Amino acid sequence: MPTITFIEHNGTRHEVHADVGQSAMQAATFAGVPGIPGDCGGACACASCHAYVDDAWAGRFAPAEGTEYDMLENVVERQPTSRLTCQLVVGADMDGLTLRLPAAQF
Amino acid sequence: MSLDSVVIVGAGHGGVQVAISLRQEGFGGRIVLVNDEPGLPYQRPPLSKAYLLGKINATAMLFRPETFYADQRIELVHDRVAAIDRQNRRVMLDSGSALDFGHLVLATGAHNRPLNVPGSTLGGIFGIKTKADADFLSPLVKQARNVVVIGAGFIGLEFAAVAAAEGAAVEVLELGDRPMARAVSPQMSELFRAAHEGWGVKFNFRTGLAELEGEDGKVSAVTTSDGRRLPAELVVFGIGVIPNVQLALEAGLDIDNGIRVNSSLLTSDPHISALGDVAAFPCVQNGENLTRLESVQNAVDQGKLIAARLVGKPAPYTALPWFWTDQGNLKLQIAGLSIGADNYVTLGDAAAQQLSVLCFRGEELIAVESCNRPGDHVFARKILARPPALTPATAAAPDFDLKAWEAANRP
Repeated sequence: MPTITFIEHNGTRHEVHADVGQSAMQAATFAGVPGIPGDCGGACACASCHAYVDDAWAGRFAPAEGTEYDMLENVVERQPTSRLTCQLVVGADMDGLTLRLPAAQF
Repeated sequence: MSLDSVVIVGAGHGGVQVAISLRQEGFGGRIVLVNDEPGLPYQRPPLSKAYLLGKINATAMLFRPETFYADQRIELVHDRVAAIDRQNRRVMLDSGSALDFGHLVLATGAHNRPLNVPGSTLGGIFGIKTKADADFLSPLVKQARNVVVIGAGFIGLEFAAVAAAEGAAVEVLELGDRPMARAVSPQMSELFRAAHEGWGVKFNFRTGLAELEGEDGKVSAVTTSDGRRLPAELVVFGIGVIPNVQLALEAGLDIDNGIRVNSSLLTSDPHISALGDVAAFPCVQNGENLTRLESVQNAVDQGKLIAARLVGKPAPYTALPWFWTDQGNLKLQIAGLSIGADNYVTLGDAAAQQLSVLCFRGEELIAVESCNRPGDHVFARKILARPPALTPATAAAPDFDLKAWEAANRP
């Protein structure tokens, strides 16, 4: 069971045990991480689960594309490592992944 | 006296959001969530698409795992509320027990408008509202060769797309003359009509349902209002919903196409709130007219607003409505309410299935429908949430781009 660390904008860390196959968004909401509402439930329809992939991990993920890319165009403070966490599927090799949260969603 | 307990009736998007937000807002009292369905509270949108197709499992639909409710001291009660005793601020449960409340939140949702024709109690006829509905339906979709869908709204068309993808012959009966007529512009209807027909779905517009025929207790054919007989092993209907107001009605709360609430989402009893599909509220995007919205966004945002009010942060409800539906490869996102739209400007290319329709009422932009143009949707939500207003003339200019306009006019 990989552990993913979510770091809120104010520096608060949340170490979350994720299930392989669930999305990072779901791991966060299941654990009650503040700052990831995931209002649409993972349908890539609302852009409220934005996070930055930590630099050490950035090269491990393909960049956002398609609907996710377009949705990210207007999130608050987009960065090159921005992803919608509902589109990041947790793999067994993601133990230790760190995701940083923006100051605000949408 | 400060509030010591909140009882929430209904564990859909709105009810669960109230419970979660109350704790996030620092509420320390008792929270009881009364759920009349078995299992943990779950999300509804996948029922007519991803879950039905088996692309996600039941766990992926849950709002939260069981441990979350325990950790947050949110009591899940599996029961039905039989009555509200307003005098004593107590709800009576089917099981015979009762729950005292400091504040009561009615998030009772809506139920499917039933088919009202001979044969509608036969097997093989489904509305899609609960996980149990989808569980019954899922294996049948894979087997059925002839499927009839009653109603070309969101649910009916989401299901039609799934059934067509599973290889069934799909006929859709619709009383109106175009798909999703109540929800989208004629231009967007046309794109979806063409797409569905491309998947093999056959539309029967201006056509109602006269009768359902059966064999061995199961549906075998549908007779249309114009006298045709369509074979069907499976019939799915989505002809609108009826708000679950019975409890509120019996308790003497004001009802007007839903439980009537004010701009703070309070009912006619100051100790009772209502939200989501069941609540009729003065909607700023609809000229303050009492409006009932059936959407995830509305339930979630109203849940957050009620929780904030209960911890002493009252505000009027003004959130911009938005909606989405996924049908086949089409993602339709709608921002705003298009009621009364009389002027449309389109961006993109309908033939390429990438189209945004800007809906104006006179000079005022009131809604934007985007099919496979999610960027437009996100910008539209920002533009609709505040002035300055985008005019039809500006939008109709060659090379107009929503993103560039939003950036140039950002306050």
